[in-house]
Amino acid sequence: MASIILDKVGKIYAGGTRAVGDVSIDIADGEFIVLVGPSGCGKSTLLRMVAGLESISEGTVRIGDRVVNEVEPADRDIAMVFQNYALYPHMSVRQNLAYGLKNRGTPRADIDRRVAQAAEILQIGPYLDRKPRALSGGQRQRVAMGRAIVREPAAFLFDEPLSNLDAKLRVTMRLEIKELQRRLRTTSIYVTHDQLEAMTLADRLVVLNGGRIEQIGTPLEVYRKPASVFVAGFIGSPAMNLIPSRAVPHLPGSAHAGIVGIRPEDLSVAPDGPILMQVGAVEELGAQRLVHGHVEGEALTLAMPSDALLSDSLRLTCRPGSLHLFDANSGQRIG
Amino acid sequence: MIENRPGLNLLAHLVLMLGVVIVALPVWVAFVASTHTATDFMSGTIPLWPGPYLLENYSRMLDAGVSTSGTPPVGTMMLNSLIMALLIACGKIAISITSAFAIVYFRFPFRNLAFWCIFITLMLPVEVRIVPTFQVVADLGMLNSYAGLSVPLIASATATFLFRQVFLTIPDELTEAARIDGAGPMKFFRDILIPLSRTNIAALFVILFIYGWNQYLWPLLITTSSDYYTIVAGIKRMADAVDGLPQWHLVMATAMLAMIPPVAVVIGMQRLFVKGLVETEK
Amino acid sequence: MKRTLFRNQLLPWLLLAPQLAITFVFFLWPAAQAVRQSFLREDAFGINTSFVGLANFKALWSSPEYLNSLQVTVVFAVSVTVLSMGLSLLLAVAVDRMIRSTSLYTTLLVWPYAVAPAVAGILWWFIFNPTIGVMPYFLDTIGYDWNHISSKSDAMTLVVIASAWKQISYNFLFFVAGLQSIPASLREAAAIDGAGPVRRFFDITLPLLSPTTFFLLVVNIVYAMFDTFGVIDATTEGGPAQATNILVYKVYFDGFVGQNLGSSAAQSVILMLIVIALTVVQFRYVEKKVAY
Repeated sequence: MASIILDKVGKIYAGGTRAVGDVSIDIADGEFIVLVGPSGCGKSTLLRMVAGLESISEGTVRIGDRVVNEVEPADRDIAMVFQNYALYPHMSVRQNLAYGLKNRGTPRADIDRRVAQAAEILQIGPYLDRKPRALSGGQRQRVAMGRAIVREPAAFLFDEPLSNLDAKLRVTMRLEIKELQRRLRTTSIYVTHDQLEAMTLADRLVVLNGGRIEQIGTPLEVYRKPASVFVAGFIGSPAMNLIPSRAVPHLPGSAHAGIVGIRPEDLSVAPDGPILMQVGAVEELGAQRLVHGHVEGEALTLAMPSDALLSDSLRLTCRPGSLHLFDANSGQRIG
Repeated sequence: MIENRPGLNLLAHLVLMLGVVIVALPVWVAFVASTHTATDFMSGTIPLWPGPYLLENYSRMLDAGVSTSGTPPVGTMMLNSLIMALLIACGKIAISITSAFAIVYFRFPFRNLAFWCIFITLMLPVEVRIVPTFQVVADLGMLNSYAGLSVPLIASATATFLFRQVFLTIPDELTEAARIDGAGPMKFFRDILIPLSRTNIAALFVILFIYGWNQYLWPLLITTSSDYYTIVAGIKRMADAVDGLPQWHLVMATAMLAMIPPVAVVIGMQRLFVKGLVETEK
Repeated sequence: MKRTLFRNQLLPWLLLAPQLAITFVFFLWPAAQAVRQSFLREDAFGINTSFVGLANFKALWSSPEYLNSLQVTVVFAVSVTVLSMGLSLLLAVAVDRMIRSTSLYTTLLVWPYAVAPAVAGILWWFIFNPTIGVMPYFLDTIGYDWNHISSKSDAMTLVVIASAWKQISYNFLFFVAGLQSIPASLREAAAIDGAGPVRRFFDITLPLLSPTTFFLLVVNIVYAMFDTFGVIDATTEGGPAQATNILVYKVYFDGFVGQNLGSSAAQSVILMLIVIALTVVQFRYVEKKVAY
């Protein structure tokens, strides 16, 4: 186990395109870090640079106490779980798990013990002699994790490991990964584009956009105090309302902010509220109801209990202290 | 099939049966001829049904052959053909799979040039460069040798392209997983690529075995010693020699023996054969 | 294009070395020699060679024998291609109607692929043998006196039949694959539109089969021009009176038997140009497998 330190890491491709720039993250030993962002934000590239599958154009990556920029992936003491599992199709589950150990010259008995242990943890014991194609998606996912566990590496790297699973299984596996990491206490970097997955898994989130870090923080920090308009819009579901301040001039502080952010759940119906919303489409979610509409021509979404009364227009107020204020030009948080 | 038209179905069966007969006719005639003695042909027409001399004719050809034709026993020629076919098939597969590996998994200077050098062999069949190629083989002292029979034929653009195609469909993640698992290039090649290409290798082997066995012009040119005659090239020498004496039953027995191994391979491994044929043309 | 690459610089060359060495020694070098040789002329004793420019090519162009060989090749290649592809298409269409017996018929039809051209030649030579062959016997009963040893057209017919016979299985397999790749729904739609089986064949099947047909056209021409050496050598040896002396056979004959190296080399160069043209056509219009 080890800490991982990224110092001003950047990636420039052969054609001169910059994929990642100026990324610095200190990952503590045993920490679970999630890199999250929209597709093309550079999160996978960053992970692959840590893994050694992409060369590092700028900055340094340290795993433990050594700089690994020029170290082969196999020698970085990391294990990786791939989106499509990347199980060797011609090998049995057992051989898949053992392959990396065998290549390192681990003694036979040691391999058997570790494979049995991983199989026990992941409950894949009964499938050890099957080929990957005879397994379900969830079982393959477990095998892929098993391959990482047996190595007992300094760090796990996860590259969108759940995106090939159906929605229900994804929730189950998410929990399993979380518990596994808690139990093994292995430093982990996890890449996903799904903000909910990011929120639920991370000790700390790294929100990336356009190859740069927008914000680093615990899920709650990022949720409560998004550092920029981008983070505000990306983290949280339903997404935060981001409204030009001229549409909501009566809200406190909106006078010197360009953009005002209000989470749909921070809005509530009040007869004398300062916001007048024209109601449009309504989505019933069961316990909750999402009401989409407009204020002064700007889109606005409100989350309300599903038994509340609806009308064509609603007067709304927002919870005190729940406003997020952003600079219109830089998009940075100002209060 | 869309609608049921018994008339059309019957016609289709008739067409196919006629096709099967046409395709089989020359082999049937050869087989019949190979079971008779020379005197049976004297009447001027050949018999239509097999005679009793099958074992006698075949075992005589396998063991002794027709000494007047200067060809060795058919058994020897078949062994030569087998060696040549195996060397060509294995050689082509070996050098093509490593070439494809180099081209797909490495970036190096002049990679494109190497690719085009291999590609160009498609445009230079042995028939169009006979004399100078013969000269090269003669200068290298490879006449009358198994190396001479096989090595000049084992460069293969087709097989290289086939393996390149196969490798391109293997997901990158598998290579990355292997790298993280500590496999270097050759280990990856041996542990992952070759096992994953197994059926392609087998299919290609079937096609190349037939290709090698059926070589004609090349062995004809470079073998002057009867020890290295192959059966397909030897049969013509035999036919020439016996043309005066009507020993057709023996020539046909040899023709049957020349056909049996490749035909058996095609029929026995029909699925691999069809796969190989379709893939090498892709 | 692979994302993951190995870094070694020497290893790829080691992996390529055998292929490149053989390609260079047995393909590129001899081909270059043929090109060089085609501009030279040796004297009668093979002692002196002199550069003669395009004289060898000009000589070919005005040689009645070469022009005859060219014409023979065209007639031969077209006949083999048409006969073999026609029969194969008929058989493929018939087998495409079958449900249960497809694989049985396929097995019974594909094996001639495995027969060497030279052996195919021997087999048909025997069947058409003027004294003891089966076919001349039957042809005689209908009043035709078959003799490919003296009749030019009989000789051509013989080599065409032998060459086409061997190629039937190849064409058949590709036509069957082509037919199977046409979605049944298209033919069903045409049937609902009131087209009968024959109409459907010409309006739907044949046009949709055209990529396969075109591909086979090129392959068959290449086959007839280059791979039939064995057929010719085992049957007619180019005769009678040059009637079946196709270009490939003539190169061999002039080079090895006639020892006319300059002329043979010039013929080789022309053949190379033909193969290059055919290969370009095949890759340009059939499939773009070298694009990467």
